[in-house]
Amino acid sequence: MVELSDGNLGSNKPHQPPANWRVYFSFSTDHKVIGIQYLVTSFIAYLFAGLFAMVIRGELMTPPSDLVDRSLYNGLFTMHGTLMIFGWIFPSLVGLSNYFVPLMIGARDMAFPRLNAVSFWMLPPAGLLLMAGFFVPGGAAQAGWWSYPPVSLQNPSGSLINGEAVWIVGVAIYGISSILGAVNFVATIFRLRAPGMTLFRMPIFVWTTLSAQIIQLFGIPSVTAAVVLLFFDLEFGTGFFNPAKGGDPILYQHLFWFYSHPAVYVMILPAFGIVSEVLPVFARKPLFGYKVVAISSIMIAALSFLVWAHHMFASGTPNWMRILFMITSMAIAVPTGIKVFSWTATIWGGKLRLTAAMHFAIGFVAMFLFAGITGVMLASVPVDIHVNNTYFVVGHFHYVVYAGTVSGIYAAIYYWFPKMTGRMLNENWGKIHFWLNFIGLNLLFIPMHQLGLLGMLRRVASYDPQYQPLNVVASIGGFLLGVSTLPFIFNVVISWTRGKRAVANPWRALGLEWTIPSPPPVENFAKIPVVTGMPYGYGLIEPTPAQPTASE
Amino acid sequence: MDTPAQPAPIASAHHEEPDNRMFGVTILLLSESMLFFVFFAAYVALRLTSPRWLPAGVDGLEVIRPAINTVVLVSSSFVIFFAEKALERNNLTLFRGLLLLTSAMGGYFLLGQAIEWRSLPFGLTTGQFGSTFYLLTGFHGLHVLVGILLQLGVFARSFVAGLYTPEKHFGLSAASLFWHFVDVIWLILFALLYLWQSPAVQG
Repeated sequence: MVELSDGNLGSNKPHQPPANWRVYFSFSTDHKVIGIQYLVTSFIAYLFAGLFAMVIRGELMTPPSDLVDRSLYNGLFTMHGTLMIFGWIFPSLVGLSNYFVPLMIGARDMAFPRLNAVSFWMLPPAGLLLMAGFFVPGGAAQAGWWSYPPVSLQNPSGSLINGEAVWIVGVAIYGISSILGAVNFVATIFRLRAPGMTLFRMPIFVWTTLSAQIIQLFGIPSVTAAVVLLFFDLEFGTGFFNPAKGGDPILYQHLFWFYSHPAVYVMILPAFGIVSEVLPVFARKPLFGYKVVAISSIMIAALSFLVWAHHMFASGTPNWMRILFMITSMAIAVPTGIKVFSWTATIWGGKLRLTAAMHFAIGFVAMFLFAGITGVMLASVPVDIHVNNTYFVVGHFHYVVYAGTVSGIYAAIYYWFPKMTGRMLNENWGKIHFWLNFIGLNLLFIPMHQLGLLGMLRRVASYDPQYQPLNVVASIGGFLLGVSTLPFIFNVVISWTRGKRAVANPWRALGLEWTIPSPPPVENFAKIPVVTGMPYGYGLIEPTPAQPTASE
Repeated sequence: MDTPAQPAPIASAHHEEPDNRMFGVTILLLSESMLFFVFFAAYVALRLTSPRWLPAGVDGLEVIRPAINTVVLVSSSFVIFFAEKALERNNLTLFRGLLLLTSAMGGYFLLGQAIEWRSLPFGLTTGQFGSTFYLLTGFHGLHVLVGILLQLGVFARSFVAGLYTPEKHFGLSAASLFWHFVDVIWLILFALLYLWQSPAVQG
């Protein structure tokens, strides 16, 4: 046993979970502590970004711009997008991956524990920096989360420290953190698998994490380069993207979307993995077509780098390029469709246990199907040109990222909470949370598609009175979503402190993470397990996924 | 279901094994090379679309001195390679000497860059030409500086007994790999910025 600095865990005795809450505020190198740090930190960002969304929906209740002033409104939707993506979706999924990937592949920790801690501790400063944007001269960045030049180069305050500059630095820090995390995950998955854990015995969640992190590794440099060049344009008066100085604003769009489209697959892939974990457990059936699902994750990762220009159909892109990107964008539907088929076939004829986690997983499949179909619509050039920059697009990606990814994260929390904390969440409150969430999101996002088809532009504070009825419906749905978070928060807080004690395997699931006590001991496995079979052998003769290395 | 496969090598409880760390450094450098690739792509795109590439009064970059610089930097890659070989043969004196020589060559390169920057008649904001030139060379120079600091760190640590043995010297391997990476990037950069010149290459 190697002496590891284990943060402030006190003793290094096995079966001694971090009972002390102070460990979560320390520079711990235990991947389980870091995972929970990620989850809680990102949830705080989620609450802030959600609060901004509430203000935005309040503003849109009435046609005129009357609730907040316009520059603040611009700052609010910019920060809503940025914080939701960089502050909530990425880190929460990374937190789940951080906690469970080493457990699922039978490792004692991540490949580089200290690097892991560094990746996490970059997040709070970055988040605070983004929030600080509201208090610098001229207010927060106002160019939307894309930050397109020349709009983002305006800098109304004229000061060197302005919202846009702060935004760029914050996003760059998030980017560096994600790259370090990606290196860690790829090394962990390739190097630390337990004996017998072949690639095609890894749980799908590990596969999707791997695909997502490979995207991060090769994609983030692109957006980092883009924002660095933007920073030079903004602060030093260079002319990379500034058309007034002979620069090329379209170049920024290429560099930005070359990462930021693959980024949406980073947001959805781990959620695919979560659903692929949850459905077989509660349907008591093996995952349908395991190998194909695993390969389709990698296919999505590869294809994701070939579709970026579909965000630029209306940017003066030449026709040959439009056609090309239309074809590749529609091709993404194939591996994605494989997954949806697999989930449907998995629950087909299964013996369903409708727990809260299962509610969210089934909700995910239904809602994601809807999201994917609007995605194929948007991939078609004529439709895209009609609804470009309207609420149809907003509705589409909120279906993907909220109804899809966030449902997946909720499913993961309901499913893995017993493992993480050693206590059970309250199922009934979970179901109440699900239904409020489900009704709210559909009330909020379905009208958006209609609004977009009617021509209401996104990112506007005032609109034509004809759009008011649908906007009011959407706002009511939005407030319902805000309310739906409350039962979840209370449930988590109360269960974590006073919930029913959980056994090692409360769902009777297979997979290595369930073979160890809840919560897991510091070293995860008393003995490194030897893997002898698939993680999805439900309904067959109950096989054991692992056995101890040697006879005791 | 599949049959039990050959058990993979036992993952030891030891976390940061040298080969794992080298694997990590390699994929980190892959990510870094994407960063430079994107900068190069931006450079090429701007260059091909710019209506007036060269600013008034500038007819290109001088090639001779940067070429000498290039030769020095490429040679230093070989020097650090032999430094690693010397350590593997347990010849500590030669290893330290070659490592210091590498840093000195890197320092010479940086100094040459600085002299060139001072002598140029255009600045960061002089059109796309100036912006891309200073951005690319500056970013690369930053990497050279990091590489030199890594080498000096390895040099300092080599006096601590047991940190670097002929079998185990992760720090040196990482610094060496990083240095080769910086070198290759410079060759691409040199070709793009200095050799690909219009109208004619300046003598």
